[in-house]
Order: sequence, then structure tokens, then C-alpha cells
Amino acid sequence: MNTTQDAQALASSVAANDHRRAAAWRLRFRIVSATILGLIGLFIAVYLNVDASFVTRAAPFIFQGVFLTIAVSLLSITLATILATFGALGRLSRSATANAIASFYVSFFRGTPLLLQLLFWYLALPQIGLVLDPFVCAVGALGMNYGAYMTELFRAGIQAVPTGQREAAVALGMSERTAFRRIVAPQAFRIIVPAIGNDFVAMLKDSSLASAVTLQEILWKAQNIGRKEFKTLQTLLIAAAVYWVMTIIFTAVQNRVEKRLAAGDRHTEMKG
Amino acid sequence: MPNERPPHTVHPAEKPGILVKPGADPVLKATGIAKWFGENHVLRGASITVWPGETVCILGRSGSGKSTFLRSLNFLEDPTDGSVEIDGVVVGADPFHREGAERLGRIRELRLRAGMVFQEFNLFPHLSVIENCVEAPIHVKGMARAEAEAIAEKYLAKVGLSEKRDEYPSRLSGGQRQRVAIARALTMQPKVLLFDEPTSALDPTLVGEVLKVMADLAHEGRTMVVVTHEMGFAHEAADRVYYMDQGEFAEVGPPEQVIDAPRDARTKEFLSRFRTLGDKR
Repeated sequence: MNTTQDAQALASSVAANDHRRAAAWRLRFRIVSATILGLIGLFIAVYLNVDASFVTRAAPFIFQGVFLTIAVSLLSITLATILATFGALGRLSRSATANAIASFYVSFFRGTPLLLQLLFWYLALPQIGLVLDPFVCAVGALGMNYGAYMTELFRAGIQAVPTGQREAAVALGMSERTAFRRIVAPQAFRIIVPAIGNDFVAMLKDSSLASAVTLQEILWKAQNIGRKEFKTLQTLLIAAAVYWVMTIIFTAVQNRVEKRLAAGDRHTEMKG
Repeated sequence: MPNERPPHTVHPAEKPGILVKPGADPVLKATGIAKWFGENHVLRGASITVWPGETVCILGRSGSGKSTFLRSLNFLEDPTDGSVEIDGVVVGADPFHREGAERLGRIRELRLRAGMVFQEFNLFPHLSVIENCVEAPIHVKGMARAEAEAIAEKYLAKVGLSEKRDEYPSRLSGGQRQRVAIARALTMQPKVLLFDEPTSALDPTLVGEVLKVMADLAHEGRTMVVVTHEMGFAHEAADRVYYMDQGEFAEVGPPEQVIDAPRDARTKEFLSRFRTLGDKR
């Protein structure tokens, strides 16, 4: 009989239909995206009196801030990662002292605004004779603030490793320390890395707060040149574009890294 | 806490199995193991004696305390009272000073003498099969890698998985994983192997390959304590069977007695349920 052939024909026409629908969906998606962008461009062109010669002068100046933004973000995320590692160990520690210190750290730095913390480094520390460079203030404030958020993330990552892993390790005679270092930590690391990437992308944008303490990064440069020529709105839009493009690039990088990790991920369980 | 612990007493039904060398001393003595989880009295003073070369099985319904008892033998569960002696290393319950460095050191000594196989395998997913096996010999015993790998390969061959040496656990079936877990435990060359329901998490079609490895180990004179629901395995491989009920051993004896002709009313009731289920299959 022809039933097998009929079934095959049906299956291939279903597949072709699915394929067509997916292609149509992608087309609609692109049309809408392009329309939104176009409308924004139109609005800017019509209402904002864009001065092309000013833009060509301002854009390179603002773009010079990219280096500082990335430098501050990289150093801050490094500091935050170190702090979060100790913070998470403290939060998971049986020692009341370690736990209290870590809990206080997390509670305080998550409980107060980042901008306030930044100003504290810049304005309050000089009162006790500690005058710090804006760059140091920015790295210190961003690092300590993000470290507090990441502490909870790291703690969750460590706790996400099944207890059976620790049990198997100590049952083999490992000390708690060795079991953590050799067995639990490497597995927690795989869980945590994508989240560090997320936080880095968020940090790129939060680093703009450092303009408040005169760090000459993207936003500071945009405000500076904009204010001089009373064209702040245009320069802010340029800065926005720079941040946006940076975010798109680093998100793509992060997705790559995540895929790499997932490919090498030994967690993906096969049933059986 | 009394300073003097009661001496270990061998139950009248505990007699050395057929593979035990005459005159050999017990390798494992657990004495009066009691455990409270808060208000919950999980173990009510259970004792066990195992001679070198024996396989003993612990049966009992879920919640009877048999897994907690097994996990007390290597102090994954710290008992509230009682003591464990394995190959001359003695660790007693000490609920007020659990964290003493000297005691933790003795617990590690005890664990080096007792390998454990878990229900959920607990292989290290970030390490390959061979790395799973040599991790502890290298990082706990300080063994040279080459030596550790040679031992591991011997045991991987024994469980029939030599060719999976460099695979990662995620690429193995449940039965293969559990066999790797057995090889991993053996690579530490322990005096006693503890099995905590080793086939309960397995697909029914994969139970056999694991039980076969365990039966081979039993027949070649490995000392094993097995918590299981596999009546067939207990009957075939065990020198002695313990039936646990509400945190106590209700009945102890050879499998022909405890499984085929139980004397204790609770054992009888447990096994009758098993039979009804078995007959219907």
C-alpha cells in the first residue's frame, strides 16, 4: 500500500509549511524593527535640528570615553568577583563572625543607592583625609556594590551544586576544603559565569554614574561638550547610541562564551 | 554523656559467613547507633557486626531508618549515640563536640576504609570516568597519577567499562554510571563497601548489570554492606540479612531464614507485601 508514501508526503509538506511560517515571522520582525528605528531617526531629524558639523566634532570626543568606560567596568567586575567569592563563602560559612560580616556587607551595599555610595567615596572620604582619584572612586564604588549583588548570585550558584556531590567527595575521604575546591567550586563556576557576563553588561551602563564624580567617561564627555554649545540633547543621543552598540557587542560576546560553556557542559544529563 | 561506651555485643544470629577465614576478627562493628532528627527518633540503637569477606544486606520499608543507619557508618549522618569501628578505627557519637579536629581526622580515616556507592551515583560531572576514579587517590592519599590510573583501570575492567575510560558521566547510561561509581569506590581500596540502595534510581532494564557486578564482588570476598530492596540479590549474595523496622533490627539471620521463613511478625508482614506484588507481576 501507499500509506508510507502518503505519510512521508504529509510530513514533508508540514515541514515546508513550518519553514514558510518561520521565514514570514522573521520578515515581519525585521520590518517592525526597521520601522521603529526609522521613526526614531525621522523624529530626530525633524524636531532636533541636527547640526551635522557639530555631530562630527562631538561624536569622536564622546567616543574617546569608551576606553575609560570599559576600563572601569573591567576592573570593577574583577573587584566584584573577588568580593563576591569571599562574600559567598562567608554567607555559607558556619562561623558566626564570617557570616555576620558577609551578611552586613550584602545588606548595606544592596540597601543603599549606588549613586550615593559613589558620592560617599568621592565626597565623604576626603573628610577623613582620604582623597581618591575619580577612577579609584568609581572602581571602588561599582566593585563593592556589584560585589554585594554577586555575593548572593555566587551563593546560589554554590548551593545549586547537588549535596550528593559534596557527600560523594567527603565519603571518599576528602576534607571539606578539598571537596569544595576540587568538586563543588568547579561545578558552581560553570553555573555562575553566564551571570557574571550579564552583570558586566549592566556595569557598562551603570559606570555612567561615575560622571557624577567627574570621571571622564562616555556620559561625562557627552554632557561636557553638549553643555558648552547648548546641544546636550544631541550629545546625549550620541552617548546613548555608543552605549547601545557596546551593549549589543558585549552581549554577543557573552552569548558566544555561554554557548562554549554549554557545549562543554557535563551537566546535560542523558536519561537512563 | 557517659564516658564509658557499652562494649560491642555480637548478636547470637551473627555468625561469620562462609568466605570468612576462621578466627578472623570483625572488620566492622557498629554499636548502639541512635539518631534523633529533632524530635524524630529515627534510629533506636542498632548494632551490626561484619566479618571480612562477608556481604550483608539490610532490608526494610522506606522510612525504617536503614539508609540513615548506613550513612551513620561513615558519618555522613552524625549519630546521636553509639560508635562505629572499621578496621581498628573507632569513632563514637559525640553530639556536643562534633567539630573537633581530632575527631574529624578520625572520621576521615574511617571513610578511607569504607567506600560508598550512592543511590543517585553522584559521579563528578565535570570529570571524565578515569578522573572520577583517580581524584581521591591522588588528592587524598597523595598517590602518583600513574599508579592511581593503573588501579582505576583494573577496576574499570572489572565493572566492564574499560572503553568508557575517557567519557564524561553525562554520556553514560544509569547502569554504566553506577558501575563507574563502584569502580571509583574500589580505586580507594577500602576495607568495606557501603551500598545505599544502588539500583533504586535505575531504569528497570539496567538493574541487572549493576547487580551482577555487585554479586561478582560478593563472591570474590569483598566485604559489603548493602541497603536494598532487591530480594533476589539479598537471597543469592548475602551471608546475612538484617530486617530494619522503626530504627531497630527486628530480625537477623541467613537469607534462607529472614527472607524465606521470617520469625518476626514485622518481617513476615513486610515480605508478604513483597510476595503479593511479586506474584501479580
